[in-house]
Amino acid sequence: MYRRAFRAAFPATVPVLMGYLAIGMAFGLMLEAIGYNFIWAFFMSLTIYAGSGQYLGVELLGSAAALGSVALLTFIINFRHLVYGLSMLEKFKGMGIRKLYMIFSLTDETYALLSSARVPERVDPHAYYFAIAVLDHCYWIAGSVLGSVAGALLGFDTTGIDFAMTALFIVIAVDQWDTYRAHLPALLGFGVTVVSLVLLGPDSMLIPALCAIVVILLFLRVRLDVRAEQPRKEEV
Amino acid sequence: MPLTTGQAIAAIIVMALVTFLTRALPFLLFDRGGTPPKVVLYLGRVLPPAVIAMLIVYCLRNTQFGFGPDLAAFAGWAPQLIAAAVVVVLHLWKHNNLLSIFGGTILYMVLVQAVF
Repeated sequence: MYRRAFRAAFPATVPVLMGYLAIGMAFGLMLEAIGYNFIWAFFMSLTIYAGSGQYLGVELLGSAAALGSVALLTFIINFRHLVYGLSMLEKFKGMGIRKLYMIFSLTDETYALLSSARVPERVDPHAYYFAIAVLDHCYWIAGSVLGSVAGALLGFDTTGIDFAMTALFIVIAVDQWDTYRAHLPALLGFGVTVVSLVLLGPDSMLIPALCAIVVILLFLRVRLDVRAEQPRKEEV
Repeated sequence: MPLTTGQAIAAIIVMALVTFLTRALPFLLFDRGGTPPKVVLYLGRVLPPAVIAMLIVYCLRNTQFGFGPDLAAFAGWAPQLIAAAVVVVLHLWKHNNLLSIFGGTILYMVLVQAVF
């Protein structure tokens, strides 16, 4: 059953293979650059398994952030997953113990593949979904370990590699700009954080900015919620 | 490494648990029917773009504006702003995540290592 499911799922996951190898390698390189080797990369990718979350994780490890900040920031950057789960409630029904893994591995890319998945004939849909989730997870682990080992072995000057994180967030922002009609949340996030940076300085800006953003968005709900729009497509 | 090994492991465990929690919450709360509160759906819609914008500013937080007759005076801000602009242009042009991310990062590395 699983042989057929994995064989059928592999072609559908090839785009994620390319993406995860590349973005995972950049993660491994960044992690290596702050002094954590491939064993750390392996376990982070195995247990956390989140693209932008782990990029932020490099930053949090590098700056020795307090556990409370780590928890809050991880929660906020992954908040969008709440929405993903809501649309997978039906799909994962009846998957038994595999459902736990499906929930754990619901990244942006796996979500995108699952929501658009067309299960081939004579393949069990649940086995097919499971195969997609497992393959994506393997690509991510492989990419991050490869990046980390490459960073250690090649020994090239990795100064500036951390810009990959900035670039990833900019790419997500550009996609979101296209996807969402209301640009106020993005502009607000930008403006509030700049103010926080100017007032509080680079070391203690993030949490206050985050709280201010959530509070202001709640105040603006009357205005922003009227349009009740749904994103037209998934982000990265 | 500013953290001890134990502290780093603790941070990773927290990240793993919280990430899993964000993915599991809808299933814990709404798997037996019931509709999510409107305010959660609202935040789920407006928070992601605001948070990403916040993280971009955060990534660029060490930018220092300086001007002067020699190139080094611009080193505090020109590399990241040039590379960021290139990422935006590349992405609007080709809509290829990998091209945009790696094009921008390699340019940035060249700028900080060899130019400024």
